Amino acid sequence: MTTEVDQAHLGSKDVRRLDRVIIRFAGDSGDGMQLTGDRFTSETASLGNDLSTLPNFPAEIRAPAGTLPGVSSFQVHFADHDILTPGDAPDVLVAMNPAALKANLADVPRGAEIIVNTDEFTTRALAKVGYDGNPLENGSLDAYSVHRVPLTTLTVEALKGFDLTRKEAGRSKNMFALGLLSWMYHRPTANTERFLRSKFAKRPELAEANITAFRAGWNFGETTEDFAVSYEVAPAASAFPAGTYRNISGNLALAYGLIAASQCADLPLFLGSYPITPASDVLHELSRHKNFGVRTFQAEDEIAGIGAALGAAFGGALGVTTTSGPGVALKSETIGLAVSLELPLLIVDIQRGGPSTGLPTKTEQADLLQAMYGRNGEAPVPIVAPATPAECFTAAIDAARIALAYRTPVFLLSDGYLANGSEPWRVPETGELPDLRVRFATGPNHTLPDGTEVFWPYKRDEATLARPWAVPGTPGLEHRIGGIEKQDGTGNISYDPANHDHMVRTRQAKIDGIDVPDLVVDDPEGPPGEGAKLLVLGWGSTYGPITAAVRRIRRAGGSVAQTHLRSLNPFPKNLGEVLRAYDRVVVPEMNLGQLATLLRAKYLVDIRSLTQVTGLPFKAEQLASAFEEALDDAR
Amino acid sequence: MPAEAPIKTGPRTALSLVPTAEKPQSAKDFKSDQEVRWCPGCGDYAVLAAVQGFMPELGLAKENIVFVSGIGCSSRFPYYMNTYGMHSIHGRAPAIATGLAAARRDLSVWVVTGDGDALSIGGNHLIHALRRNVNLKILLFNNRIYGLTKGQYSPTSEPGKITKSTPMGSLDTPFNPLSLALGAEASFVARTIDSDRKHLTGVLRAAAAHHGSALVEIYQNCNIFNDGAFEAVKDKQRAQEAVIRLEHGEPIRFGAPADDGLGGKGVVRDPASGDLVVVDVAEHGTEGLVVHDAHAASPTTAFALSRLADPVTLHRTPIGVFRSVRRPAYEDLLADQLEQAVEQRGKGDLATLLAGNDTWTVAG
Repeated sequence: MTTEVDQAHLGSKDVRRLDRVIIRFAGDSGDGMQLTGDRFTSETASLGNDLSTLPNFPAEIRAPAGTLPGVSSFQVHFADHDILTPGDAPDVLVAMNPAALKANLADVPRGAEIIVNTDEFTTRALAKVGYDGNPLENGSLDAYSVHRVPLTTLTVEALKGFDLTRKEAGRSKNMFALGLLSWMYHRPTANTERFLRSKFAKRPELAEANITAFRAGWNFGETTEDFAVSYEVAPAASAFPAGTYRNISGNLALAYGLIAASQCADLPLFLGSYPITPASDVLHELSRHKNFGVRTFQAEDEIAGIGAALGAAFGGALGVTTTSGPGVALKSETIGLAVSLELPLLIVDIQRGGPSTGLPTKTEQADLLQAMYGRNGEAPVPIVAPATPAECFTAAIDAARIALAYRTPVFLLSDGYLANGSEPWRVPETGELPDLRVRFATGPNHTLPDGTEVFWPYKRDEATLARPWAVPGTPGLEHRIGGIEKQDGTGNISYDPANHDHMVRTRQAKIDGIDVPDLVVDDPEGPPGEGAKLLVLGWGSTYGPITAAVRRIRRAGGSVAQTHLRSLNPFPKNLGEVLRAYDRVVVPEMNLGQLATLLRAKYLVDIRSLTQVTGLPFKAEQLASAFEEALDDAR
Repeated sequence: MPAEAPIKTGPRTALSLVPTAEKPQSAKDFKSDQEVRWCPGCGDYAVLAAVQGFMPELGLAKENIVFVSGIGCSSRFPYYMNTYGMHSIHGRAPAIATGLAAARRDLSVWVVTGDGDALSIGGNHLIHALRRNVNLKILLFNNRIYGLTKGQYSPTSEPGKITKSTPMGSLDTPFNPLSLALGAEASFVARTIDSDRKHLTGVLRAAAAHHGSALVEIYQNCNIFNDGAFEAVKDKQRAQEAVIRLEHGEPIRFGAPADDGLGGKGVVRDPASGDLVVVDVAEHGTEGLVVHDAHAASPTTAFALSRLADPVTLHRTPIGVFRSVRRPAYEDLLADQLEQAVEQRGKGDLATLLAGNDTWTVAG
């Protein structure tokens, strides 16, 4: 990775230029590692590197201090070129205590740098996580480049001018570590100082203490002999098209996408939601934007959350509910009602590990079949799945487009990895956003044989099969809708067998006919059937690691085609054709093969399913070797 | 939200934001073209007729009226009203109506529900709608039985009820719907009877005028699966002793008249327990009789009144408005926050929001 050694940086120390770096901050849940990682990411974004992040934290708010289950970590990968994943293995591990070292060491390759807070390596703390001896002294870390730094002592020393107890002062050690890493990687510091002043606006003395610790960390790097080298990673300017960029997490992008959709549709946004990890951040974010006319309703339960959203949709709002898998289970009956009422509604599922409560803070893609089929009766619902954190923005707008144009509930399937991960995002001009405006029904749409003009709530648009959206307050269009089967056209209750058969098929045909773009295959060697023999097909958040793995194979001379599904219901019209054009199709998923099952059933093609349910994203290296194997088999 | 929470834009009345009808209406205007399909003799017919008959009084544009229901016999109600309507799913009507009312303050939203729908499968939504004080008029048809599923006991059935699902008698203690509503911070709680058109209409009128959640329990006879369940309060002879008609500002009296022409029985507070007890006015005198105050800030007396009736015989059943107090409605507070947000930060600008505070530029 090291390419150059001659840049001057702050005095006489060596400066090396790297093309990419992966840093993992790890500590106790209470050590502020997520904040530290966020700040480092923010500094990195403002420098213009490409980046990708992976927060990883326990479901417990404060697990017992110093234990393995209490370890919280944040990995950030940044580069001077276009990157796709938070990285497989850290180049630098910051371990704030023995538990953090023990929990993360297996991921750290030999030769990597490890920065440890020696103050925490006491006999008691070591024993708590089952270390027999002190790894800092017994040679077990000899294969690594270890920096032994008494972070707590140095922080307390730096803050001795403040009226703080040792314990209070020690809490700023994460900022000391951030300062040190900021020096090591030439990160700009002004934004972090501004951030700290605003975060502690009500307690200026704490703001100053944290800034002092932060600066002390920086100065420590500059002065101590232990850190002889600092590193530069140049901006990734050439990797990005021209434009204005910011860093954005999936949940933030998703919340912004919902607000943008409401503006593009000129409809008020109504969110009915119940707090659940990892979806709550969308509720929090939308709650902050009432000046956009956004109504957020924290309901008594998951069912009321979607119920209120559906009620608001009946009244002409863009209704949204946000949740995770367990919440989807509770909302199923109301989703079925929305299918029957044919009203627009967005169901945002930020998937997490299951079944049941499962792994609330970890990622998984195992709700696909739940979204696809998890309702009584034939109740088809479109499914849109973003591939990257930033893509959550456009996916939200696209899900709204489908819901509004086709008068249907739509699933937006994100996951914990996309939700909390972040990457640079080119901020779109508002003029680039689509027009989602709808026409509410305003008058009769049907003439009876006797010439009377009437309004039929279930008379459909011929092109989309959507029914009219007539909102209360519109004179003359008073009508009743419900979950009981309706007569085609009039919408009156009907138990007629032929009518039910017709209505079931019509609702299915409406979803099948949704306009989704054809699948585009990436294969430098030619169009489907003429280039690679192996196709890798993914969906959702596996995009990053799949693409990174495909690039590795191509760099090594291998031939592989890649494509990614954004619409899982309906599938793109050319999907069957694409699948049949390849000798072998590999589908990696963070479940036990749910998409593979759907593809086999629908297209009768052989699919090699690659699955992982560890609660963590795939690693590029692991996928690359699986693809290699598939290539070997295909030969 | 405490009762004294400020309503920024001044006091509102229940229907002040709902457009009025351009011309006088009649009951016929509120009848839909759908054939009513309840069992002949069902108490629901009387309630439907009373509601259709009373609606023109409100003089609202009927396109701004919405009836939302759950599942059960009574929940077919919206199909028969020529207004907007939604027949939703079991128990969820208060949640759906909450979203509709919160999104659209120009609508008059009514919920029609039953004892199973509101108190069993939908109990959670009912209590939360009441505590939020969403501007909904909730008509709870209580027939103390599951009718649509053909006769199982309900959460208001008397203990020991013999039904298809409880051949040896039901085991559970029933809910008292009004006690539950009062415990859930309801701002308006009333009870009436399907067959007493005049009283029913009076209570509907009071509910419609109330700004916030109004819970109206309607004793409704299921002549197929629980016929005569409310005979004690309906039969003219027995009703005189069984029914206590609550009138705001009047001493609570009932029964065969005393010398002064008012009810021979009265309600007093037992100084030892604080409970309400019934006394003979001739013996006790009129001193110390409880004067009904529906607007009392504390729900204590209303709660005591809700406990007065014998749950099995329905002897001493108060009807009328138990409680009607002013409290800000949820959707008004929500609308105020939206206005405040615009006042404080200006109308949201999408481009500014998307850009955030921390951007960098890549030149082309």
